[in-house]
Amino acid sequence: MAELMYWEAIRRAHDEELANDPNVIVMGEDVGLIGGTYKATLGLFQKYGEKRVIDTPISENSYTGIGIGASMAGMRPIIEIMSINFALLALDTLINAGAKIRYMSGGRVSCPFVMRTPGGTAHQLAAQHSARLARMFMSTSGLRVVTPRSPIDAYGMLKSAVRCNDPVIVIEHERMYNMKEEMPDNEFFRPLEGAEIVRRGTDITLIGYNWSVHLCLDAAKRLEKDGISAEVIDLRSLKPLDRETIRRSVEKTHRMLVAEEDEAANGVGSEIISIVIEECFFALDAQPVRIHAADVPVPYAENLEKAAIPNVEDVYKGALKVMGRI
Amino acid sequence: MNKADQKRLLREMIFFRRFEERCFEAYMEHKIGGFLHLYIGQEAIATGVLEMAKHKHDYVITGYRDHIHAIKAGAPAREVMAELYGKETGSSRGRGGSMHVFDPTANFMGGYALVGQPFPLAAGLALACKHKGTDQIAICFLGDGANNQGTFHETMNMASVWKLPALFVCENNQYAIGTRIDRSTAVLDQYKRMCGYNIPASQHDGEDLEVVMESAKKAIDHVRSGKGPYFLEYMTYRQRGHSMSDKTSAYRSKEEEQKWSERDPLKVYSAKLKKAGVITDEDIKKLEKEVQDEIENDVIKFAEESPIPRVEDINKYVLDDNPDPRWIGPLQNTY
Repeated sequence: MAELMYWEAIRRAHDEELANDPNVIVMGEDVGLIGGTYKATLGLFQKYGEKRVIDTPISENSYTGIGIGASMAGMRPIIEIMSINFALLALDTLINAGAKIRYMSGGRVSCPFVMRTPGGTAHQLAAQHSARLARMFMSTSGLRVVTPRSPIDAYGMLKSAVRCNDPVIVIEHERMYNMKEEMPDNEFFRPLEGAEIVRRGTDITLIGYNWSVHLCLDAAKRLEKDGISAEVIDLRSLKPLDRETIRRSVEKTHRMLVAEEDEAANGVGSEIISIVIEECFFALDAQPVRIHAADVPVPYAENLEKAAIPNVEDVYKGALKVMGRI
Repeated sequence: MNKADQKRLLREMIFFRRFEERCFEAYMEHKIGGFLHLYIGQEAIATGVLEMAKHKHDYVITGYRDHIHAIKAGAPAREVMAELYGKETGSSRGRGGSMHVFDPTANFMGGYALVGQPFPLAAGLALACKHKGTDQIAICFLGDGANNQGTFHETMNMASVWKLPALFVCENNQYAIGTRIDRSTAVLDQYKRMCGYNIPASQHDGEDLEVVMESAKKAIDHVRSGKGPYFLEYMTYRQRGHSMSDKTSAYRSKEEEQKWSERDPLKVYSAKLKKAGVITDEDIKKLEKEVQDEIENDVIKFAEESPIPRVEDINKYVLDDNPDPRWIGPLQNTY
């Protein structure tokens, strides 16, 4: 066992997958010589060479398209987009091509590529570096969307993403790159599908993904002091969603809250609550609550940024509201 | 080139012309839906360039005007027609239609509706060829209109920096739907735009099959030898509208259409072969009859008689239909 940071776990996954399969390549802005903005590919250019770890120009749409084209010919590219905000430039090749080619070709051409990108707010990066956008990708047929919350999932899910035959969007988080976790030294894989019950409880289900799982876990500790037993679910995969795990938990607790860092409209929370209503409406004993960002472009000023983004207090209070305590 | 090959190529072009005319008829009969873009007038380009490529070995990709590129690359014509008919036996199993013909057995990697999208996909196919160290190249056919997309500039830059084995073929028919090139584009000669990317380029008559073949051979040799990309521009004319829905009279004159119809690639090549004594008017009539029969008795018959896709299969082909549980899971929770 060794303690690895989130970025180190991603780096280890890259390293092992590059070593495992000569068709794996990495491409993105500054992923090569300097090892990536978040060090996710540190030293791999030196180890595997410039043909396997490719520094691209600032041309997100076309280098994503080049990765997709290479995947159509049997390569397994890992495409890094430095910030999810820049992924908007790549939506044409990503959604119009990458997500649709398999279907449009009647299953005859697959696109086994991975796109990794950090989403979420960090520290006063302002509106053009703080987008989240998970809700946009999760509504696109033909993609898989995963949101690792920890080094273990960041490592194990990236490895699975490289090996699976579908296009996979891995949404990381700028504030999680330095998060630490004990990890086994031997190689392992984490499945791309399936939500995970990360804390067991009986009174209320708190549902999060990526960063917001940690808000839910911290809120659950506070709720425990109030005598409320909260179950926490990490969705892990936003596409496809694990309806079964959500349903079984809500049937047990009869109460639920969804926490997301994104804005609410057409979001993860809306989707999860719709699923609960469809799957087990009569199991609910209270109205569900969504915890989400303010409906504004993320502001720069520190106090405004904090006010725009949900925190542990918001989740805690939201849970109390579901419980009828406030 | 020997006489048999010359005759074969003429027959192919007659076949391609008749195929597209027959698509038009089927469209009017509502047997083909959606949008339909015909290649009539530009046949010499796909025919000539792909005649010089390695059949079913090099990758080929193009825009939405894709039927003929697919067939010349090696996709069975009957399957392309079945695709247009929305049948399960179609090249894309009825999921793609006219604009999205795919046949990986011919290394034909699709038609795309997003003008300019095939540029980076082609460069990616070329990257894979280079990475694997094969002698394959990727050939990308697009129109002049596509060159005003950002992907054109981004891709040319990367293809050049990385010396990718990609051949970009610009079919300059001078119109982006109804907008003539001089109303939309600052530099009219498209090959000149390659100066900005340090990619060798040349412009040729796209209505003369022999000129196309000769220039394509040089360009393909260049790309295959590992010297990096090449950009070929062919001057041509789309004899029909952009699709079935536009009237050409709204944006171009009868005189212009008349002038270009005299340069019709079938007329040009037939005249050359007649002059060289390879073929007679009677032979051509015979070929036309043969092609007509083949299209009716094989291509159309197959498309008509093929089954439509099953509605139960609507979710097939979205993701891998046989995913490996080691990577996909799902994760098991204990409840």
